Parts: sequence; C-alpha cells; structure tokens
Amino acid sequence: MISIRDRLIFTGQLLFTLLVAAFLIVPAILSMLAGVTVNYFQGIRSGVTLQWVIQVWELYADTIARSFVIALSALTVTLIVGIPAAYALHVRGGRLSRVVEEIITLPLAVPGLAIALGLLLTYGGFSDFRRSWLFILAGHVVFTLPFMVRSVMAVFAAIDVKTLDESASSLGASPWRRFLDVIVPNARPGILAGSLMVVTLSLGEFNLTWMLHTPLTKTLPVGLADSYASMRLEVASAYTLVFFVMIIPLLVAMQIFADHKRRQGAGR
Amino acid sequence: MPFNTFIRLCLLPLAMVVVAFFLLPMVRLVIVGGSGDLGVGAYAAILFEPRFRATLINTVMLAVATTASSLLIATVAGLFLQRHRFPGRALLVAMLTFPLAFPGVVVGFMIILLAGRQGLIGSITLPLFGEKWVFAYSIQGLFLGYLYFSIPRVILTIMAAVEKLDLSLEEAARALGAGPWAVHRDVILPALRPAFVASGAIAFATAMGAFGTAFTLATNINVLPMLIYTEFTLSANIAMAAALSVGLGLVAWAALALARSFSGGTVAAAG
Repeated sequence: MISIRDRLIFTGQLLFTLLVAAFLIVPAILSMLAGVTVNYFQGIRSGVTLQWVIQVWELYADTIARSFVIALSALTVTLIVGIPAAYALHVRGGRLSRVVEEIITLPLAVPGLAIALGLLLTYGGFSDFRRSWLFILAGHVVFTLPFMVRSVMAVFAAIDVKTLDESASSLGASPWRRFLDVIVPNARPGILAGSLMVVTLSLGEFNLTWMLHTPLTKTLPVGLADSYASMRLEVASAYTLVFFVMIIPLLVAMQIFADHKRRQGAGR
Repeated sequence: MPFNTFIRLCLLPLAMVVVAFFLLPMVRLVIVGGSGDLGVGAYAAILFEPRFRATLINTVMLAVATTASSLLIATVAGLFLQRHRFPGRALLVAMLTFPLAFPGVVVGFMIILLAGRQGLIGSITLPLFGEKWVFAYSIQGLFLGYLYFSIPRVILTIMAAVEKLDLSLEEAARALGAGPWAVHRDVILPALRPAFVASGAIAFATAMGAFGTAFTLATNINVLPMLIYTEFTLSANIAMAAALSVGLGLVAWAALALARSFSGGTVAAAG
C-alpha cells in the first residue's frame, strides 16, 4: 500500500528534482535555439537559419582546429608519460610512490590561474615558446596528466598486475616486452577512460588557456569568451552550439563507458 | 635491462614534465610573490590590506554559500534519484550531470541566457510583476553560475554514496519504530557524512578558484580570481598577483587536504 503521504513526498521530490534539472538544461537548450534563430529577441518565429553558424565558422574555424590539435597532442603526451608512470608507481608502491602521486594530483587542487601565472613567470622570457601553441599544451598536460595516471592506476589496482607480470617474466620476457604485450593491453579500460577525460578537459579548458594564449594561439573556449563579450547573442550562441556538438559525443561515450564498467563490476 | 632500471625509466618522463611545468613554476610563483615592493609582506597584505581582505572575505562567503546550497540541493535530488525507479530516470540523471564538462565561460553564458538582459527570467517576470529581473552580472548571478557547475559534481558523489548505503540499517531503524524523518536524521544523513565532506570540499575549492564564470559575469564584482587577473593585466602588479594566487592555491588545497583527512578518500577539484 502506498499512502497518500508517501505519494505527496514522492511528487514533491520529483518536482524539486525536475526543477533542478530544468535550471541546468533549459539555458543549454536556449543557447542551442538562439544559435539557429534569425533574431533571438523576436524569438524562434523570426525564422531558423544557419547564418550564425556559418559566421562562427568564418570567424573562428582556426580556434576550433587549434583546440583539436592541442587536445590530441595533450592526449599523446599524457599517454606516453602517464601509462609507464602509472605502471611504475603501482609496481613500486610504498611511501615514495604515494608522495609522487600526491604531487602529480596537486594541479587538481591548485587553481588554473595560479599554474598559468607560474608558467608565465617561468617561461615568459622564452619568447618563441611563449608565442607558440606548445605553451598552452604544457599547461593542458599538467592539468590533464593526473586524470590519465589515476585512471590507469585504478585498473592496475583492480587486476592482478604483479602475477601477470611475474608469469610473463618467468617465460623470459624482457621488462619492455612485458610492458608492451602484457601491461598495456590489460590496462586498456583505464587508458580509454583516461583518454576520454583528457580530450574532454583539454577541449573545454579555459582558466589556464586564457592566461597562456596570444592573439595568434586562441583556442575554442578563449574564442567563446571573446564572442560572449563582443558578439551579438546569436553568434555567441551558435559558437556555443558548435562547442556542444563537439563535447556531447565525448560525454555520452564517458557515460556509456561508466555504465558498462558498473555493470561489469556488479556482475562480478 | 634490470627491472629496477626499467621502472626508473618509466618514471623519468613524468618527473621531467612535472618538474619543468608544474613544480618549477610553482616555486617561481612563490618567489615572485615575495619580491615586489612589499617583499614577503605581500603575503600578509592579502589579509591586512582592506581591499584584498574584503575580496577574500567576499570570495570565501560566496564559496561557502555555493557549497551549502549545492549540498542541500544535491542531497534531496540524489537521494530521490537513487531510491526510486521510474520511467525517464536515466534521462533525468543524464540531464543533471550533463554540465559537468562545461568550461566556466560557458556556465557564465548559461546564466546570461537565464538572467541577462534578453534572459528567460526577465521575460517571465515582465508580464507577471511588470518589471524585468536582470541579475546575471550581480553577485546573485555569479552565485547562480557557481551553483550551476557545483550541482552536477556534488550530485554524482552523493548518488554514489547513497548507492553504497546499508539498507538493513534503515530497516532496523524502521522496525524499531523510527518514522521517515527520524530515519533520515539518525541513519541516512550521518552515513552520508563522508560524501558531504568530500563533495563539499570539491565544491568549495572549485568555487574559490573559478575564473571562467567570474570572467564572464563578474565585471563589477570582486572575487579573488578576478582580482588576481586585474592585478596582473591591468595594474601590472605581478608580484601581488603572484602572492594572491599562492594564497588562493593554499586555501583551495587546504580545503581538499582537510576533507581527505576526514573522509580518507581521494578528493580532487577541477574547473
């Protein structure tokens, strides 16, 4: 039996949750609509158009391309640096490994603004480096690396790496071969999860990037801030729409991946 | 190659990247922060110079308000979503966690669309109350923006914690005659405390350091990240900007470290 009071409580909670969801989702929908509306002030009945999206493409295509280049480069670097490091930290264990892990996770606690200032103060004098997109890449790598390392380490903690490693070793495989043929394939779920995280975070990174960019190295979020300040609402919205189109597939992939992992965990 | 050498080689790229692009810059930041006109006194100025102190208090209060409100909202919604199964639930969860990867600037723009001059709230209040409510660029708008990026993060932690709750404890309490309020007050909420501490610390640290949202909305509001930015770019007071960012980094880091010593889990902020 469901009492009237239970039903009232349920309805109240549902309405509250719907309200919270509306707060989060309605502005996102508004911005997507505004990006394809002829005149947002008059509303959608003024007509639907792609002119703003085209204008965004003409004005900001370079920022979109640069964001992809930086995100994929950050992914490459975090893979090369992060996977061996996660393996070594897991195998070594002990106090020193925990300290190292602590240090590499610090960039998650320290605000991006502080890291960016530090980078500027340290490398601002190396003008070729400071002017190139590699300067932004350095910031993105510091910021995304902990996600890759921790994601891969989580897999190592779940599977029995040491036994795998030792059995391969008893068959006479060199450390390097074992790493490539045994460790990396087994770490695949963590590598995939970490990669999705790195690319998503890099594509959306603003706090560091705003400080590190130059007029010639603008990324998508930097361009977004630009358009919010100086463009008409329709153009800013169309630009945001482009960002959503890029980021949503990544978010969906992460969600599916997390669900998949949870179901596997539950089945165990 | 001996195994130990291989392990050391595995750590070498990490060490190089972290030392060159994180540790060295942080050390430089601390040194520069103490090398301005005020010397090491710059760090004391954060607390004693009225303008800086007012901004610090402002930012801390805003971050505390954001943390408390998102904890409250996320607990009600998270408990509800985890305890009931109904059609559309998965979609609702997806909607609540969707903004997780939005950069701060985009969050700011979302608030402009809600509470800006052409915003939704204004267009609703105009026929209702005869005036347009426009508050995107005020402290209320900034607070709304901070809520916008905090709620998804907090809700995820709380939902995960609710999932792990021991249902038999609640049943025992109910069997002993506890009503729904008593069960919540004495069993569920205390069991969720580690999740409150962990997600609260993340919300607080993120709100303290949030730059993107403030950059879009807070043209007239003094929050610490904006103060650092203007000190650096407009006043070219680089030493003070460095000292302030060291202070900001310490507050955010301390909140997370404190939370971790309470809850024992790993806690991290981003954004």
